[in-house]
Amino acid sequence: MRQFASLLFLFGFAFFLSVLVGGLPFGAAPMQVGQAIVEQNIEATGAANAVTGVLLAFRGMDTLGELTILFVAATAAGMVVERRKHGVSRDSVAGFILLAGAELMFPFLLILGAYVILHGHLTPGGGFQGGAILAAAFFVPFLANPGRAFQGHAMAFVEAFAGATFILLGIFSIFREGDFMAPMFLGTGEFGQLVSAGSLPLLYLALGLKVGAELGSLVAEIAAAPGSDDPLIEEPQAAKDL
Amino acid sequence: MNELLSIGNLLYGGAAGLIVIGLFAVVARRHLIRVLLGVAVIEAGVNLMLVAAGFRPGAAAPIFDPQAISGPMVDPIPQALVLTAIVIGVAVLALGLTLAIRIHRQYGTLDTVALTRIVNAPAGSPESRAMMQRGGGGHES
Repeated sequence: MRQFASLLFLFGFAFFLSVLVGGLPFGAAPMQVGQAIVEQNIEATGAANAVTGVLLAFRGMDTLGELTILFVAATAAGMVVERRKHGVSRDSVAGFILLAGAELMFPFLLILGAYVILHGHLTPGGGFQGGAILAAAFFVPFLANPGRAFQGHAMAFVEAFAGATFILLGIFSIFREGDFMAPMFLGTGEFGQLVSAGSLPLLYLALGLKVGAELGSLVAEIAAAPGSDDPLIEEPQAAKDL
Repeated sequence: MNELLSIGNLLYGGAAGLIVIGLFAVVARRHLIRVLLGVAVIEAGVNLMLVAAGFRPGAAAPIFDPQAISGPMVDPIPQALVLTAIVIGVAVLALGLTLAIRIHRQYGTLDTVALTRIVNAPAGSPESRAMMQRGGGGHES
């Protein structure tokens, strides 16, 4: 009965979607906002990558809100999961090839992540993508050898520092430009150079470090969760009395 | 026939198909991890639909290049939206997985029907007592 009801619902929803999709224009010229941004992006931001211009210059406030969602999710994940005793892991160490490969890839992943972050205003890429690469650099060795200690405190420090930098850059722009998160207080610079496009590279650097630290600590959080075979960690007496 | 198989229909149809497949996993599956994977598939469909909405025939990626011939560019706004949506999706999936880990540790099962029965069981009933005794240990029943 339950299966039948859900199938009925799905067919109805599929019909609804197909009607909606059938009426959507495809390949039309961008909407007026998109067209305006494509036309004005270079004068307004100096960033070659229009996506970066949208993300940090035109919608910097939204990106700050998005960072907040990421932060809340990572914090909630840390609060929900209990921690296993340090260094005690049921997961076995991977073989030699994975271990050596993970160690070998670490510096290259760091360089690639930094490159992608720092060139976010010039080429495809940016803080989100580079941050994911940075996080991979840290948790690939961790996955190869689950017993090793994860640098949780360093991660938390980097995350807090990067988040504070992002907000401080926004507050600093109040005094220079009069608006919160106004990104152009450093001038647009010479188009196409690494140091150009105002504070966009700085914002992307802070964003990338924060995303990388956040994703890395999320994976570490899940990896540190006790399996269902592990003994329950005794809760404090106060929690039991409630 | 040719019109039916245009790239627009393929992209929009594929996105709608992904959304329906993900929704099927969410409403018809009983295992919590499969429900979470269904949510991830829905996200993929929504992202594909957003990116497809910014498509323009013959247009370049929205990155200015002094050497390139200036032509039309695709709409950069959906791409920026999808960029943030992907990261949010990863965060939501990770949070859901940690909740699933915690639920399995507490109740010993990830079956949503069994979970509903355990949670709604009145205090003192066999099911609720079994739940209290098992704590976190044991295997999925």
